Amino acid sequence: MESNYNLETRFQERIDREEKIEARDWMPDKYRKTLIRQISQHAHSEIVGMLPEGNWITRAPTLRRKAALLAKVQDEAGHGLYLYSAAETLGATREQMIEDLHTGKAKYSSIFNYPTLAWADMGAIGWLVDGAAIMNQVMLTRTSYGPYARAMVRICKEESFHQRQGYEILLTLCRGSEAQKAMAQDAVNRFWWPSLMMFGPSDKESTNSAQSMKWKIKRKSNDELRQQFIDATVPQAEILGVTLPDPELKWDEESQHYNFGEIDWDEFWRVVKGHGPCNEDRLKARISAHEKGAWVREAAVAYAAKQKEIADQKAISA
Amino acid sequence: MDNDQLKDNLIRLVTHLGDNNLILGHRISEWCGHGPVLEQDIALTNIALDLIGQARMYYQYAAELTGGNATEDSIAYLRVEREYSNYLLCERPNGDFGTTIARQFIYDSWHYFFLHALQNSADKQLAAIAEKSIKEVAYHKRYSSEWLIRLGDGTSESHVRVQTSINDLWKYAEEMFEPAAFENIAISNNIYPRPALLKEQIDSFRLEILNSATLTKPEVSYFQTGGKTGIHSEYLGHILSELQYVQRAYPGLEW
Repeated sequence: MESNYNLETRFQERIDREEKIEARDWMPDKYRKTLIRQISQHAHSEIVGMLPEGNWITRAPTLRRKAALLAKVQDEAGHGLYLYSAAETLGATREQMIEDLHTGKAKYSSIFNYPTLAWADMGAIGWLVDGAAIMNQVMLTRTSYGPYARAMVRICKEESFHQRQGYEILLTLCRGSEAQKAMAQDAVNRFWWPSLMMFGPSDKESTNSAQSMKWKIKRKSNDELRQQFIDATVPQAEILGVTLPDPELKWDEESQHYNFGEIDWDEFWRVVKGHGPCNEDRLKARISAHEKGAWVREAAVAYAAKQKEIADQKAISA
Repeated sequence: MDNDQLKDNLIRLVTHLGDNNLILGHRISEWCGHGPVLEQDIALTNIALDLIGQARMYYQYAAELTGGNATEDSIAYLRVEREYSNYLLCERPNGDFGTTIARQFIYDSWHYFFLHALQNSADKQLAAIAEKSIKEVAYHKRYSSEWLIRLGDGTSESHVRVQTSINDLWKYAEEMFEPAAFENIAISNNIYPRPALLKEQIDSFRLEILNSATLTKPEVSYFQTGGKTGIHSEYLGHILSELQYVQRAYPGLEW
């Protein structure tokens, strides 16, 4: 039997040659665990992420906006499904992943622990939150694990559509009345910093990053992605005519990037640890949906078993 | 009846059809993010999207007939309670998943056969909307029937729950068969199918599915009606205060 040392060396060589790792290939246990953690966290973010936007479906201001928002939230449910399936290829089960979410063992993106207080938040979420997510997801289309990379290709297409849709909501508001402009500005004020926090802790604080980069699960560091997002977003804010709430935000000729102010890392860790404005409500909503659905899932299983029994009996008597 | 009156009547009819789909679509959309399992969350959202899409077709047509500044949104958002003419069934609360399925089943079993007949409407626009909608509604009917059977013939708990929901909702199952004045005018002009002719087909379909689901058809002494003439339950006002909130708080703007 081949030693683990050799297997790991050959695994790393495959990664270095840019080969995709597939479900049945040998992989180090830690690679598998890291991926299950990351993919399930990503799936949970899609599912929990349905709640803040779902909050405005019944109040969307026009039928066209309502239909687009419903379709968007439904896409997120679909993304959750592909991602749970991708994690299942690594041996995780959906039941276990959901349980880990409900017990707080598994995390989801902290951005969804902020409340949606106005219609403009649907625009800000699309533009900033989906925009930040896309930076990360575009990178993940080249991640070393094949099923995850392929799920990402599909997800990215839909996400960039969502981002444009969000931007267009804000653009409409910014060209509207004073009250609409103020509503847009307020939403941007509230979502700007939490969106920057979506990229995670700074590189010097990030514990999981080095190994993930070596395995090419990640290909860019948190700080690189954050900078890329800021550089792409500032000019879009100028077109909208909104002010990003950071007095230190300024173009730097020398580095050819925007400089920006210090993120409030206390807030970041506070929300990660469960003390954001909506952490409890989000989890309660997920747990409640799951518990209230238990009898439905049980009925479906019982009915399927009865049908199978009937089919088996027919096969025997045939 | 002169042409203006006929047109007003048609607007009422078309708006009524839009209202059914908007209000039921609104109710189902409340499930989004809260479904019993992810796959059913997606399926319910699909149905909500279909119904809201169909409501838009009716409202756009009503706006075109109305002329002036009327739009699909002014019709959907800027009326008061008494001006909405959806069936009472559509505004019933979601309850548990079984109640939502029971409500959907009652609606779909009417909606499908109704659209089937509406495809022959003398009004070409209504016939076209029916033709487009029936493909979606055929799926809704299959979905709600299959789930009714699954829940009725699933566990003893699911059986009791869904039978209770059917019992509670059945009093709203016949409003569609009692034509309002605006429907009678449309019927006499071959714009609208005669509900009594659909009833037999719908009753027999409902019974067939209830039987497969091992459920009992409730005996109802008094059927509830009134939605078509704007006499609603108390639920509608709350639906509208949510639906209309942004439009009412910031009147006359583009969104």
